[in-house]
Order: sequence, then structure tokens, then C-alpha cells
Amino acid sequence: MIIIGERINGMFKDIARAIKERDPRPIQEWARKQEANGAHYLDINVGPGSPDPVGAMQWLVEVTQEVSELPLCLDSTKYDAIEAALKICKHPAMINSVPAVQAKMERVFAMAAQYNAEVIGLAMSEEGIPKDADARVALAAELVANAMAFDLPPDRLFIDPLVLPCNVAQDHGPEVLRTLREVKLISDPPPKTVVGLSNVSQGTKNRELINRTFAVMAMANGLDAAIVDACDDELMAAVATARILLNMDIYCDSYIDVFKKSNRL
Amino acid sequence: MAVEILKEKYRSKVGQVVLGATAAEGGTRSHTITVGGESALPFLHFEGEIPNRPVVALEVWDMAPEEWNPCFKKYYGDVFDDPGAWAKKCVEQYGADLILLRLVSADPDLKDSSPEECAAAVKKVLAAVGVPLIVLGCGKAEKDAAIFPVVAEAAAGENLLLGVAELENYKAITSACMAHKHNLIAQSPIDINICKQLNILIAEMSTALVDRIVIDPTIAALGYGIEYSYSIMERARNGALQGDRMLAMPMIGNVGFEVWRTKEANISAEEEPGWGDQEERGVLWEATTAAAYLQAGMNILVMRHPRAVELVKKNIDDLMCDNSY
Repeated sequence: MIIIGERINGMFKDIARAIKERDPRPIQEWARKQEANGAHYLDINVGPGSPDPVGAMQWLVEVTQEVSELPLCLDSTKYDAIEAALKICKHPAMINSVPAVQAKMERVFAMAAQYNAEVIGLAMSEEGIPKDADARVALAAELVANAMAFDLPPDRLFIDPLVLPCNVAQDHGPEVLRTLREVKLISDPPPKTVVGLSNVSQGTKNRELINRTFAVMAMANGLDAAIVDACDDELMAAVATARILLNMDIYCDSYIDVFKKSNRL
Repeated sequence: MAVEILKEKYRSKVGQVVLGATAAEGGTRSHTITVGGESALPFLHFEGEIPNRPVVALEVWDMAPEEWNPCFKKYYGDVFDDPGAWAKKCVEQYGADLILLRLVSADPDLKDSSPEECAAAVKKVLAAVGVPLIVLGCGKAEKDAAIFPVVAEAAAGENLLLGVAELENYKAITSACMAHKHNLIAQSPIDINICKQLNILIAEMSTALVDRIVIDPTIAALGYGIEYSYSIMERARNGALQGDRMLAMPMIGNVGFEVWRTKEANISAEEEPGWGDQEERGVLWEATTAAAYLQAGMNILVMRHPRAVELVKKNIDDLMCDNSY
């Protein structure tokens, strides 16, 4: 599974402060730490309420790329900020994200085609997040069709079925898992899938246990990527183990280390 | 309507290992040999690149082999006592691409030759032939640990392929290869998990050595479990093509050694009249075993009988013909 490290995000206080003071050290430290623990992509998010999201995004990309060769996942609802970042990314990036809303899809897929970027497509529309899997899959199909119209192959599109906290929206859990399975039937090649894992445990106790349990369940349902705390060792070990049990990697005694190093080999 | 040809897409490819070094590269070989580099399953030229042909090594011992079948006498009998002359004959008359020198005499139960005597034998073969050289110890781990540093130093610059490293004994040989820049054979007992683990352990000692490992998956002769080794090699190769870096190494197998231990290769026509001529049978047993392992992705075949080598080299010629479309 593709691990997208979530830690460079202005929602975290140390990152918010670093952005405000233009202090590269915390950003670069988290970039290094996440890469060393096995992240394949680094999510970059300036956080809410930034006075200059475009400038902040560009600065985050610059300082991150000074210490890491990993591809970036540009996480913003401000498409100008994403476009500014795409211009300076050293490697093809991932755009995080676009909902199934016509005007937004047209902007984002055109941008993705221009900069050879991958895209995370959210299974939600102007009406919000659907209650069940069928409606999620219908929105996913809309995303796939629009991506193809812009010559973005379906396997460069990651469908996010949108995970909700298990303490407030328990009934969504199985619907998300069913969505993961069914979006694979939309096209050939099928789109990829991604979840923002930490969402599932918002506001709960035992957050890490809930995260890693859901990660493994989602992998068994075909999940391709997840935005996660890459420094959560138990989570990374669970993912590595699931890959062995799903026959995705060949077993050896050091399989957890091998998985963590797979981003650098 | 045009037919759309479905082709498998592979994510990665097998690493390339260069054996030997010319004068310009600090050695004395007349040429180098590169193995590996495939980006498709064996000989599927239409799905990827097969940039280097599989090569055949002939086996030379540093003492006359008493247990070899008498049929080998007419080919090697005059040179059994001289590893240099033996190697020369293998290259010049029998078409060996490279030489594998087995330091049998170091075995404490045989001649117990010293590391210096072993190094002298290696030097002798290096002086006699221009092809790259593979050197194996005597197979007794404790003694081999004493041999490798001396041999590796004596042949520094020659870019040998040294073997073997095993899960329980890999540090001495790995250190010797690190210190004197040689390649090494990582041997696992028909076990994909140990194969991968051993490569990881070697990589932990030296990341640079990852590109210098040749996998010996341990093979069996036809009729003695060939399907087990074959399937292990298939899994390793599929893993390599799917991006498993710790299995993406070229492979070597001791075909001659295994085949010429079997009853089918050795028993006389008098004892088994229905089986036909012994030597002819042995040659075919060795060539057939080799042919199977070529299909499993073996890059270096270590063989014994000159006529089996001839058959296998013809087979390699045919398999290397481009079949892409």
C-alpha cells in the first residue's frame, strides 16, 4: 500500500508556527522522519486560515524538496495554491483533492493533465457525503468519466470514499469498505483507492488501534493508498503484515524493515 | 479489426552484475561478462528486454576429482592435476564462457590446503585463461572463512564471483568481498524466504553489495525435485519484476554437480540395459536439466560435460533469437 505521510499540515501547531515564522526546521525534520519510517509520498497542507495560501504552499514545497526526493501530495481546496506548487515540484505530484463537482473537476483534471499529476477524487458532491456505497460508487464513476475526458488514465485517479469517525457515523464503515471493492468494477484499468485514515478515529480513545485495524480491513478490500501517520510504528507494522498475508510481498523474517525501506530502494 | 496483443507489464527488472575486470579496470581479464538485466520473464523478448545471454561456466577443481564418472577421463584426464591447464582446456576446447574453480583441496578431511595454497591455485587459473572467474570454497564453513580473505586479497582487482554466503555463514565472505571489491553468491536451501532474508542481511552489511549479489537458490537435478527449485526461481523472478529489490538479482546453479550425482547419469548400460549408453544418457540428463533452468531464469549455468555444454549453448542461441512482435 502507498503510504502518504500526513504530518506536514498546518493543522498541527508546530507546522503552523513554522509556516508563520518561515522556519524550515520542523518541516524538514518531519519530512526526514516520515521518509525514514517508510512514507512513499509526503502530504503538504498549509492548514486552515492561512493569510497567503499560495505563498505558504510554495514555501512548504521548496523546503520539503530540499531534504526529500519523495513525491508530494498537494493538499488544498485552493486550486491556485496547488497550481503554484505543481510548477515547482521536482517529481510528478498528487493533487489532493477534487469532489464530483463539474467546475472543480474541469479545473483540476486539466491541471493534472498539464503537470502529469495524479489526482485524489472525493466521492462527494455539492450535496455532501453520501450515506451508502451505491451513491459513492456513482460519484466515483462520474470522477472517472471526467478524468478520462481530460486524458487522465483511470489508474492515475485515486478515489477516496470518505471515511467518517466511527463514533459518530458507525454505519459508514461497511459502506466505505463496499465502495473500495466496487469502484474497481468501474473501468479497466480500474481507478485506485485512497483513504484519509486518521478520520476514522477522530474524537475516540484508542485512536491508533482503530486506525490500524481499519487500515488492514481496507487493504483486504483492495485499498491502494492511505494518508496516515507514517511515524506510527504499529500501523506501519500492521500494513507490512497485511501485505504479507495478502501475498503482495514475499515473506522474509525482516519483512517489516523491508517494507519501511521500500520507498528508498 | 486489428488484433490487440495483450502484453504483461512489469514494474521493475533484474539487476545487472558485471564479472571480471580488464586491465583498464584494474584486472587482467581479456573481457568482462555481464549477467542479469531482464525486464521480462525468461526469453519473452516481446514483453521486455533480455539484454544479456545466459552463460555457461565449466567446473574446475584444484585437485583431481576421484569421484567423477570415468567418462570424464577422456576430456579432462590429462589436466586433472593442473587447474590452470584444465581451465585453459575448458575455455579453448569446450567453449566455457567462464570458469568456476572449486577449492576442494582445502577440505580438512582431504588435503587441508592452506589459504595461501588456495590463493596460488586461483592465481594459476587467472594466469591460464582470460575469462572471468568464479571461486567456491571447500564447503566447510570454518575453513572457508579462513580462505576467503586471503583469496579475495590475492585476486584484488579481478572482480571475482566468490561463493558461497549462507544464512549461518555470510559475514566472513561478505567482508572479504567488501574489502577487495568482488561479487558474491548468496546461497539459500530451496527457500524463497531465506533467499530474501540473506540478501537483506548482506545489504545491511553493505548497501553497495546489493548490486554484486548472485543468487544460488540451490537446485536439484531432473528427477530429484527439479520442480521445487524451478518454482522457487519463478517466484524470485516474479518478485524481481514486480519490484522486490531484495530478489532482483541474477541466479546461478550447479547443474553439473547435481546431475553427475544421480543414478541416471552414472549407472552403466550393463547394469541397466534398458537405459541405453551411460555417457549419452548423462549428457542428455545434464543438458535437459540445464534447459529447464534456463526457462526458470538461470543466468549462470555451472556444468561439467563438454557435450552437454555444446547442446545447451545451441539452446541458448535459439532462445536469444528475438521473438518480439
